[in-house]
Amino acid sequence: MTAATLGRRSPPPAWLLGLAGLAGLVGIVELAPRAGLVDGRYLPPFSAMAAALAEQAATAEFWQSLLETLRGWATGLAIAMVAGVALGLVIGGVPPLRAALNSTIEFLRPIPSVALIPLAVLLFGTDMRSTLLLVVYASFWQVLLQVLYGVRDVDPVARETARSYRFRPLTQVRTVTWPTALPYVMTGFRLGAAVALILEITGELIIGSPGLGRQIAVAQTSGAVASMYALVIVVGLIGVTVNVAARATERRALRWHPSIRRDLAG
Amino acid sequence: MNAGRKALLALAVPVLLVAAWWLATAGAASFFWPPLSEILAAFADTWFSARFVTDVLPSLGRLLAGYLGAVVAGVALGTAVGSSRTLRGLLEPVLEFFRAIPSPVLVPILMLFAGIGDGMKILVIVSGCVWPVLLNTVEGVRALDEVLSDTARSYRMRRRSRLVHLVLRGAGPQIAAGARQALSIGIILMVISEMFAASNGLGFTIIQFQRSFAIPQMWSGIILLGLVGIALSMAFRAVEARLLRWYTGLRTAQREG
Repeated sequence: MTAATLGRRSPPPAWLLGLAGLAGLVGIVELAPRAGLVDGRYLPPFSAMAAALAEQAATAEFWQSLLETLRGWATGLAIAMVAGVALGLVIGGVPPLRAALNSTIEFLRPIPSVALIPLAVLLFGTDMRSTLLLVVYASFWQVLLQVLYGVRDVDPVARETARSYRFRPLTQVRTVTWPTALPYVMTGFRLGAAVALILEITGELIIGSPGLGRQIAVAQTSGAVASMYALVIVVGLIGVTVNVAARATERRALRWHPSIRRDLAG
Repeated sequence: MNAGRKALLALAVPVLLVAAWWLATAGAASFFWPPLSEILAAFADTWFSARFVTDVLPSLGRLLAGYLGAVVAGVALGTAVGSSRTLRGLLEPVLEFFRAIPSPVLVPILMLFAGIGDGMKILVIVSGCVWPVLLNTVEGVRALDEVLSDTARSYRMRRRSRLVHLVLRGAGPQIAAGARQALSIGIILMVISEMFAASNGLGFTIIQFQRSFAIPQMWSGIILLGLVGIALSMAFRAVEARLLRWYTGLRTAQREG
């Protein structure tokens, strides 16, 4: 409004600004090494990264690694979701169990997942299962905690009503607990998806299980700097896709929920 | 429920779990799962010695330096980005992209620039921890109550006091949420940067134990990492409770009212 009264044009739309920002970043990465601001051996110009990416995309190894990464991520996330939701509903639904397990959960949760790396390597070597262990462990907590919050949020009147109508436990979960907990479950899914990707790549990078992370480590040790950056960009793009897709899934699954309905209307 | 029963309930399961671990491994001959008693003995020998000074303290020092640097940088940048609509529009996709890059892959990149010294490790921790703080600060600053900011403006509050009393305070709960996420990322990055290339530190030592098949020592290292994680998360909660006392008080009052 102030802009209009001052007779200035309204600000450019968000997507245009965003595009300008991205273009600016590409421009900086292209020009800084060419102008000698940073050492080209450490940060090659963007065009060199793009060329390396094109080269990578022509190899079967790249696509194989991409597939391995996505498969590990999806498997780990699926296991963590099923286990987190099932345990969360049971633990959250039985108050004495919850009280008894509370301290244990609070205790186990902050244990950094990478602490398990040496154990995973001993048990499975550089197998995909080593990385899977990390992925499941890390994303499980995200999901479990959200489900526990969700179950706690159930309206007591609704719960008592269901109880006095003698709903069977499964019906109670389906009609009372689940709708309340679903937004939290979806938040857990979104957080878990991002964490699972991080741990998948980390596992590949450190343990050396097959995937894009291992390709990055290989490129780094062999001094293929442009390829390394190209792979990091690919990983970043996967990350953006995962975030966007998780958010879209969340909105779809919760279309009926007031918070989303208000969002869409506004 | 009285306090005694509560404490009993809270302790029962952990005690049971530890007892189960103890019993299950007591007579075990498995090389990978040594008896818990052996692990505990190794724990005392390994960590209550010179190693505490040469490995544990440097790790914690790097973590602290990196984490604090990330919080300061994240809050400063986040406040700037959050208060300017144009800057936000310009940087939002760029920030989304950087946040989506799993921070461990930055280790090989930063190794190019900063070698394998302490500087690289601190830089890795900063570059991983800064995103949740930054993005949460942006959200928090954006969601400030408009009536409050208009009031502050019409009372001509000075920039400095507006920043301290209105912006940082109002965005405080969000910033704290980001800082909490950043803490666990920080620990992970500390360990990873040391596993990748280091000559001392917790991550380095644990990997050395694993490679030399010093299994009880390796287990004791895993336990120590767990304890570090728990201790830091408890310390964080204490600091957060102090800084956000007004907020938790407000929330409880609202819930009861």
